[in-house]
Amino acid sequence: MFKYGISGFESGHYMGESVYKPDNTFPQQIVERGGTTLLRCFQCGTCTGSCPSGRQTAFRIRKLIRWAQLGIADKVLASEDLWMCTTCYTCQERCPRGVEITDIVMTMRNLAVEAGYMQEAHVRIGGFLAKTGHLLPLKEPMMKARKSLGLDETPPTVLANKKNQELVLNIIKETGFTDLVKKGGK
Amino acid sequence: MSKYAFFLGCVMPMRYPGIESSTREVMKQLGVELFDVEEFSCCPAPGVTRSLQSSTWLAVAAHNLVAAQEAGLDIMVVCNGCFGSLAEAAHMLNHDKDKLAEVNKVLKAAGSKEYKGKTNVNHFAVILQDEIGLDAIAKRVKHKLDGMNVAIHYGCHFLKPSAVKELDNPETPRILDDLVEVTGATSVDYRHKQMCCGAGGGVRANTPDVALKMTEEKLNYLDEIEADIILDVCPFCHLQYDRGQKDLDRETKYPVLHLSQFYGLAFEMDNKLLGFNMHDVPVDL
Ligand code: SF4
Ligand code: SF4
Repeated sequence: MFKYGISGFESGHYMGESVYKPDNTFPQQIVERGGTTLLRCFQCGTCTGSCPSGRQTAFRIRKLIRWAQLGIADKVLASEDLWMCTTCYTCQERCPRGVEITDIVMTMRNLAVEAGYMQEAHVRIGGFLAKTGHLLPLKEPMMKARKSLGLDETPPTVLANKKNQELVLNIIKETGFTDLVKKGGK
Repeated sequence: MSKYAFFLGCVMPMRYPGIESSTREVMKQLGVELFDVEEFSCCPAPGVTRSLQSSTWLAVAAHNLVAAQEAGLDIMVVCNGCFGSLAEAAHMLNHDKDKLAEVNKVLKAAGSKEYKGKTNVNHFAVILQDEIGLDAIAKRVKHKLDGMNVAIHYGCHFLKPSAVKELDNPETPRILDDLVEVTGATSVDYRHKQMCCGAGGGVRANTPDVALKMTEEKLNYLDEIEADIILDVCPFCHLQYDRGQKDLDRETKYPVLHLSQFYGLAFEMDNKLLGFNMHDVPVDL
């Protein structure tokens, strides 16, 4: 009957046909990671109306929040739209229900990454972080440019001190991030 | 004379070093001493780290907070991304004992000192406004920028989330407008002034065309008014506007200046120090 029958947190069959089976644990997972305000959303759409990314793409943040509430986990996790948010916080500032929307987007991204949906570009830059402690590579012409401004050729950060760099890389490794980017995404 | 640990981050020192040299000189002239801390790493940026694995984001941010703690200094940032990560992590860890204990376990296991939960993180615009003050800045202005129309781009992670930052109203702020107008220049109002540049949240890396569309929308609003420059307080927004205008190949191009470089002009600093030759959109002011 309804392929994606949204009938609350029910699952199973309707008139002999199987219907979409929501993952009841999904909203709970978000709540447990700090997104308690997820359940407050009453679908007014202020967030979508404020979203700079939604003006350029098909990304609808209100819909994503609704899917999350209903436990439509596989669609949220595989969604390309999940990665369209610039984390500008406009929606979170304006939400009349105080839903911490942007923080919840980041939590859902964490869950998507755990499910194997890390985006290729992020695997690449994440790799720089795990290798150097910085997100960008330092190249020869930039070192020259720095010198021409009277700055140290190598920025005075962990890039300039092997021992310090080792420590931060250890911390990154300890959190499992180094293996995570090695594994990559789908 | 106040002292801060100068947090460099990634984009400024490795893409727009002119912002770094300008900041060092401007703060020196205003009597703020900046210290380099070779333990500092990436903040780390929320788009790529907090979105991917928030435990990593918090641990690396805590590492930077520890580095400042060991130097006995509070942090000064000149980037909204660094501010977003470090100020929010500090807010979390300085108020939540469980989170602090959790992160200290990671730090300890990796061989690091523990974080005591006391480091403060300051955006340099706030230091300029609150600590140095507009009067002291006005005294330093040698080259009045009268007649220059400045389109200010606040960026997102400077004032938001406002519940954490508690600095200025994120919909109608004044802080940067006042810091700009003290030079004699005019801050011009424009449509959707508070809108995002489009780069954040890993969008520039993942879907650059989407990021660029947002940038273009904002630039179109600038075309509706008379703007001479775009002014930012974030090297990443700076990069998005500067490179973005090259990529969009627009007819009207707006030079992009970080507040430090803008003050460099007003203070009549040696132009070579400002690093305009490293910009994609020529700065010819
Ligand atoms: S603004 Fe808040 S309450 Fe309204 S739809 Fe969005 S998340 Fe739900
Ligand atoms: S934080 Fe994300 S979802 Fe919210 S308005 Fe900004 S881009 Fe849209």
